[in-house]
Amino acid sequence: MIENRPWLTAFRHLMLIFGIAVIGFPIWIALVAATHPSSAFFSGVMPLWFGEQGLNNFERVWNNDDRVLGVTVSASWMMWNSFIMAMVIAIGKITISLLSAYAIVYFRFPFRRTCFWMIFLTLMLPVEVRILPTYEVVARLGMLNSYAGLTIPLIASATATFLFRQFFLSIPSSLVEAARIDGAGPFKFFKDILLPLSVNNIAALFVILFIYGWNQYLWPLLITTDEDYYTIVMVIKRLMTAGEGNVPWNIIMTTTVLAMLPPVIVVILMQKFFVKGLIEQEK
Amino acid sequence: MHDTVVFKNKILPYFLLAPQLIITLVFFIWPAGQALYQSFLIEDAFGFSREFVWFENFVYLFQDPEYWNSMKVTFLFSAMVAVTAMGVALLLAAMADRVLKGAGTYKTLLIWPYAVAPVVAAVLWWLMFNPSIGILPYWMKFVGHYWNHYVNAGEAMTVVVIASAWKQISYNFIFFLAGMQAIPKSLIEAAAIDGASPFKRFWQIVFPLLSPTAFFLLVVNVVYAFFETFGVIHATTLGGPDNATRTLVYKVYEDGFVGLDLGSSAAQSVILMILVIALTVIQFRYVERKVQY
Repeated sequence: MIENRPWLTAFRHLMLIFGIAVIGFPIWIALVAATHPSSAFFSGVMPLWFGEQGLNNFERVWNNDDRVLGVTVSASWMMWNSFIMAMVIAIGKITISLLSAYAIVYFRFPFRRTCFWMIFLTLMLPVEVRILPTYEVVARLGMLNSYAGLTIPLIASATATFLFRQFFLSIPSSLVEAARIDGAGPFKFFKDILLPLSVNNIAALFVILFIYGWNQYLWPLLITTDEDYYTIVMVIKRLMTAGEGNVPWNIIMTTTVLAMLPPVIVVILMQKFFVKGLIEQEK
Repeated sequence: MHDTVVFKNKILPYFLLAPQLIITLVFFIWPAGQALYQSFLIEDAFGFSREFVWFENFVYLFQDPEYWNSMKVTFLFSAMVAVTAMGVALLLAAMADRVLKGAGTYKTLLIWPYAVAPVVAAVLWWLMFNPSIGILPYWMKFVGHYWNHYVNAGEAMTVVVIASAWKQISYNFIFFLAGMQAIPKSLIEAAAIDGASPFKRFWQIVFPLLSPTAFFLLVVNVVYAFFETFGVIHATTLGGPDNATRTLVYKVYEDGFVGLDLGSSAAQSVILMILVIALTVIQFRYVERKVQY
């Protein structure tokens, strides 16, 4: 500490607590809303303290009792879809980026630069700017309403490739030389040296990419019409617009809490990796 | 670069690169090319007839006041999201920087919104601001304001800005805090010995040293507001009222998927691509060099 100013320290704590309270307030509201019957939202002002319907709401949403979600599949099924999507995207992106970075850093071959620039190009073509043609490609390949369609088109990753490339370049070349003198071929070197060294980076990327995959919205919205492939994030919006009269806020908020839980847990549990990963990724 | 130490294999690298390159070609480059091609065509919705029209789609777009309105909305929206998210994050980071007790807890409690999907954030704030039962309009009534984002354009914009900025605060906070903690303590101490107040130290030392971080974050936030907030709009305002919150990405979706105006949607995609390319170039040309000192 540079100097001791108790009033300033107290002020800092107060501001932080205030900031956290304001930022956390919507979550409080969501948790509270998830514990009330839908009649609590018909008129007057929404409740600010917990009701007694929490478990009941959760069960109805989880099992989709009485088609409370307005679709034929349950929230548990849609969470499973989201989970598959998040895992395949995260693991897929990490795998193909590790392989491409390995090829670019440790091999010399014709068109190496071209390959690098092609990967770089994906950074400039987010799905949002080429919505319709990408949809057409996926449709023509017969990948609408499938897990492959939900995941494969999102798996290319320039940022992950760059991160691994940066990391590989920082590994001292004496290590590579030593491995080669010991007779390690390209596969052995990758498996026994690069992979173990990359564990921290992989974990950090996993957090970011799991969240990215779980939170996808536009893409599943475009390519799924079959409710069996709906994700939990998608269904919330449908609930908002489905009931013309009284919006079922208790059901919406129960679903919202379910949709937020997995990625928030991942961030909190893997906070160290996540923060490090974010900052490294942008270097 | 590792110019001396490499494996000799000439075929293997292509196999290693194949998955990434195939996905890139099929799902990125090919559709982008298609968008470019379609932007020069006028096609009816069922694909029965198509005509090559050069830049007609673009000319039409630039003569359309709705498109300019969408452009204006997007820039305004992005600016407000960036300023809000960065302002709050900077304030909180400045507070957290010198805190010793409970620093870890504060950090955890501030970074979790990063994990919330934009569309989910939007639904949360939509309930908070709900004109009939929401808590915020209820409070506003006590000061005589009757909130209604269904009819009031400015209020609709406020909700989507707050929802979009809210989840982005975490990201900015992490970077500002990391930036502040990278500033050598000796600099701050020297200023303190010279009698500079904490307030003055922040504005004259910390803040200028953070400017590369701030510039980088500005680009990131603008990209986020431009391209990742589709869900926010789609779940709440649907671009309304009266197109007051219809951003460019939302318009591409609306014209392409709902209106089935393929040529116009493709032309809009091409313009968006140019914008992303510009932003990416800015990020790589100017940010990378300035961040290191």
